[in-house]
Amino acid sequence: MKGIYTGKAVFAGIAVGRISVFHKEDQSIKRVHVENTAAETARAEAARDEANAQLAGLYEKAVQEVGESGAAVFEVHQMMLQDEDYMDSVRNIIETQEVNAEYAVASTGDNFAAMFAAMEDDYMQARAADVKDISERLVRILSGARDALPESEGPVILVAEDLAPSETVQLDKSRLLAFVTRYGSSNSHTAILARTMNLPALIGVDYEPEIDGKMGIVDGKQGILLVDPDEETLKKYEKQRDQELDKRAMLKELKGKETITKSGRTVKLYANIGSLSDLASVLQNDAAGIGLFRSEFIYLEKDRYPTEEEQFQIYKTVAQNMAGKKVIIRTLDIGADKQVGYFHMEHEENPAMGYRAIRICLDRPEIFRTQLRALYRASAYGNIAVMYPMIISVDEVRRIRRIAGEVREELQAQGIPIGQVEQGIMIETPAAALISDRLAKEVDFFSIGTNDLTQYTLAIDRQNSRLEQFYDPHHEAVLRLIRMVVENAHKEGIWAGICGELGADTSMTEIFVKMGVDELSVSPSFILPVRKIIREME
Amino acid sequence: MITFTYVIKDEMGIHARPAGQLVKLASGLSSTVTLGKGNKKGDARKIFAVMGLGIKCGEEMSVAVEGEKEAEDAEKIREFLEQNL
Repeated sequence: MKGIYTGKAVFAGIAVGRISVFHKEDQSIKRVHVENTAAETARAEAARDEANAQLAGLYEKAVQEVGESGAAVFEVHQMMLQDEDYMDSVRNIIETQEVNAEYAVASTGDNFAAMFAAMEDDYMQARAADVKDISERLVRILSGARDALPESEGPVILVAEDLAPSETVQLDKSRLLAFVTRYGSSNSHTAILARTMNLPALIGVDYEPEIDGKMGIVDGKQGILLVDPDEETLKKYEKQRDQELDKRAMLKELKGKETITKSGRTVKLYANIGSLSDLASVLQNDAAGIGLFRSEFIYLEKDRYPTEEEQFQIYKTVAQNMAGKKVIIRTLDIGADKQVGYFHMEHEENPAMGYRAIRICLDRPEIFRTQLRALYRASAYGNIAVMYPMIISVDEVRRIRRIAGEVREELQAQGIPIGQVEQGIMIETPAAALISDRLAKEVDFFSIGTNDLTQYTLAIDRQNSRLEQFYDPHHEAVLRLIRMVVENAHKEGIWAGICGELGADTSMTEIFVKMGVDELSVSPSFILPVRKIIREME
Repeated sequence: MITFTYVIKDEMGIHARPAGQLVKLASGLSSTVTLGKGNKKGDARKIFAVMGLGIKCGEEMSVAVEGEKEAEDAEKIREFLEQNL
């Protein structure tokens, strides 16, 4: 039964192992006439009490495995069971129709589930499954059925029609590699639990029961289940899976640990981001701050200038989400090479050396002021610093600081709250590097943009593949400039960091730390690998 | 009887977890607490009633509190809403 089955991935992991198809015992409820409705009602209430006790136990187990918020679903189930409306409905059906408790419970469950299913909200629709779950639990208790989850040697990929939250929690994690269901929604508690437990999971998979016992691969990234794969595919996926597990192990080991060498030298390890959606990754990878917030995306995603209010909301969101950790925002760094029609920039022969970045801002101060106002206003909500790109002279910096000072005074006069905003500049031109001793007197910090610094220093366009044989990212000229910038910074008592790609180059980390680089700002996925190297250094 | 309105700030609207906590809180008060959206009303002590109102983010909910300690109880409800929803 070879094949590829597609579904929706609920958690993007990879699992390789034997498939085990779970058949739920068929719960066909029989409607049975009863004489003694009082006794039936008593049965229903006793079952309800027992269900409550079971749920309390499940809650405890879930808290251990997935924490309080993941376990909360069981508290909600308890509340649903104790809800007077629910039990009233059960009692009512028993008394007026003179039927057995099992039927009354099943009908009640169906009615309430239908109510949720009919609601417009995705989240509420998914709650229909919760009502079904508690009703099934009651029926199971009433009919004395035992629900067995399959025994097997070794951990398996569990395949089922659907899994209720209580079933998911009751599964022995050590025997589970992944799960795959035919039904379910990405909002269901099951999905939420899968994500919390880091278990690859797929939903909406139209499988055949014959796949039971075969080897399978769950590819959470592509959302597919492969059955009976060939040797090559198997090996490929096993490798991917091992890499993932290693990564996750490293995350666990290094998260929360300080970025410090054995001899006690600390380095600020920050993240570079280019949009709000990167924020989750920043926090997940335990960055100590954001060393480069590329503000261009705000301008690029619109077809007209973003307003002060629009920008303010974005900067504020970042500041708040980082909760006091530093956020260094770089003012707009756009050139004629980027498609921003509404800026009305003329075509240039040489956009890399043209009308771009701070030059636009100084030439069109209205744009600059708007960004600065938004930034300063947001500084009241967190720890924000600003840095200016493409600097080549002291004169530029003085002009900038004058404008920034005016913006600050303007806001204060308007009574708008603002915080302290550290002022820094990018060192990404040879000019800036060479006069960094003078620039260090004018600002609070430097951030070295190694990408552009390397291009301008070596006079090589990195995108030009013809020049690969001439290009050396570790060129001594660049390293000498970096060293000089760091030394000049320290002479004036300011800090210097690197936000270009070289910062994530783990073959250079030791060299940079020994040079005295104070901060490295890298792509979020590099934070922990760089931290590892630093912690292992003398 | 004390009535007030509240606009839901939580992105997920009244979802299961805070609904459960609200029901717990309301059940412990001596006053009766009735929630409403438009014409629909629900007893805050009943979880199906609360969730069934389907109040989403940005929507306004009415709260009616009646009882001997209605002022105190209304405050407790209001505080809970501010902090959790």
